[in-house]
Amino acid sequence: MSEPFFELKGSLFPLSVIHSSDLTLAGLQTALEKKLGQAPGFFHQAAMVIQLAPEQQNIDFAGIKQLFTALKLVLVGVTNASPEQKQQAQAAGLAVLRLGQDAKPTSSASTAAEKQNDSAATPVQQVPMHTKVVEQNIRSGQQIYAKGADLIVRGAVGAGAEVIADGHIHIYGTLRGKAIAGAAGDTSKRIFCHNLQAELVSIAGHYWLSDSLQGDFWNKAACIRMQDDSIVIGEL
Amino acid sequence: MAKIIVVTSGKGGVGKTTSSAAIGTGLALSGHKTVIVDFDIGLRNLDLIMGCERRVVYDFVNVINGEANLKQTLIKDKRVDNLFILPASQTRDKDALTKEGVEKVLNELAKDFEFIICDSPAGIEAGAMMALYFADEAVVVTNPEVSSVRDSDRILGMLSSKSRRAERGEDAIKEHLLLTRYNPERVAKGEMLSVEDVQEILAIPLIGVIPESQAVLNASNSGQPVTLDQDSDAGQAYLDTVSRLLGNTVDFRFLTVEKKGLLKRIFGG
Repeated sequence: MSEPFFELKGSLFPLSVIHSSDLTLAGLQTALEKKLGQAPGFFHQAAMVIQLAPEQQNIDFAGIKQLFTALKLVLVGVTNASPEQKQQAQAAGLAVLRLGQDAKPTSSASTAAEKQNDSAATPVQQVPMHTKVVEQNIRSGQQIYAKGADLIVRGAVGAGAEVIADGHIHIYGTLRGKAIAGAAGDTSKRIFCHNLQAELVSIAGHYWLSDSLQGDFWNKAACIRMQDDSIVIGEL
Repeated sequence: MAKIIVVTSGKGGVGKTTSSAAIGTGLALSGHKTVIVDFDIGLRNLDLIMGCERRVVYDFVNVINGEANLKQTLIKDKRVDNLFILPASQTRDKDALTKEGVEKVLNELAKDFEFIICDSPAGIEAGAMMALYFADEAVVVTNPEVSSVRDSDRILGMLSSKSRRAERGEDAIKEHLLLTRYNPERVAKGEMLSVEDVQEILAIPLIGVIPESQAVLNASNSGQPVTLDQDSDAGQAYLDTVSRLLGNTVDFRFLTVEKKGLLKRIFGG
């Protein structure tokens, strides 16, 4: 039998950061429910961080944490906290994270990051994620969402599969399912694929079904983009 | 270490149980100790295909619940040495299987057998998930038509995300494509997807192509795994499949329309 494996390593994860001027329970609840209503599946159990401002006083962190749990979200911690806010957040069991280049492992007792403080071989840096890469085929029924990022799929996207990105989508195999680029509303985003046989393509909410895609580019490499409020397909 | 192979498809009626019986029998014929486990709790069929329906005393659920031991429950095939069947329960439903229970039974089987063939129920619900969860390899049974191909695609997604290997981050399940009910004449007429079409969509290695054959129906009705009918095209195609599963390279047969010879034309084929 091998030795049980145990190691502490610094890693970076994309976290959604909430910026809100209104951190009362009622205010947050309304805002979150509205956001969740737009895309119920995407944020299921998503890890989140709240960005604080110094003037926000007497925040009910424990209450907010419960609210997140009730909405099926996971509140990990807060960022940009003043010393007082920091104490209150830690009392509620939240991690205090620091944004930016100078961020060091925080002193939050509840995070593992603190325990590798001594070695400090890998300083934790918050590098923004710009591209999500999927190496294999995306099968029917699977859904991939590249939040705030471009999406690159090296395989094919099967019929009944969905690929969604806030940025551009590149598919190096055949696109047989649905591709939704610019999901956050950016009309400058595009879809590129090596073989177009899609059920649906959409950019920033405008969409075409496969019926409209038949024609010169069906079964061929294509680039789909927005021009003057309508979708156009061109050569890759 | 025993190899656990799940025979699955997503869609019903494509030949999972027939293939499980044929592959299991083929492995046993090549001298490997094999057990075929029927995961289709509530819709037990494997016993009929294997012709041992009158010998079922205890079942899979009894073993999980500790009401019987494996030795009492396993049915030894009378025709082929090294071949055993673990029948499903007909009176229960899929919820009778628990992950812990299935794991315990598979672990116990693994001590004794070289190959454990899991005959999955159709669908993507708990029963099918249970059948594929512990698998090392998967035979994805597909008919050459679009709905079957799409369901297979769905199951392939499940294999790569919902199995124990996926959850533990181990090497992925080895996937094999088994095309059944293949009719070269209809493919030539464009009425059926070709091997190439299916392979292009599913993009996994081909392990076998079983021609549409009267022999399969005859075999099912008489409770004889089709591999025992070694004169039939389907029986031979399954034996080729088993040989490939064991790592041999075998040319694919029965892919093109057979030209009728002079004698056949005169005497009828």
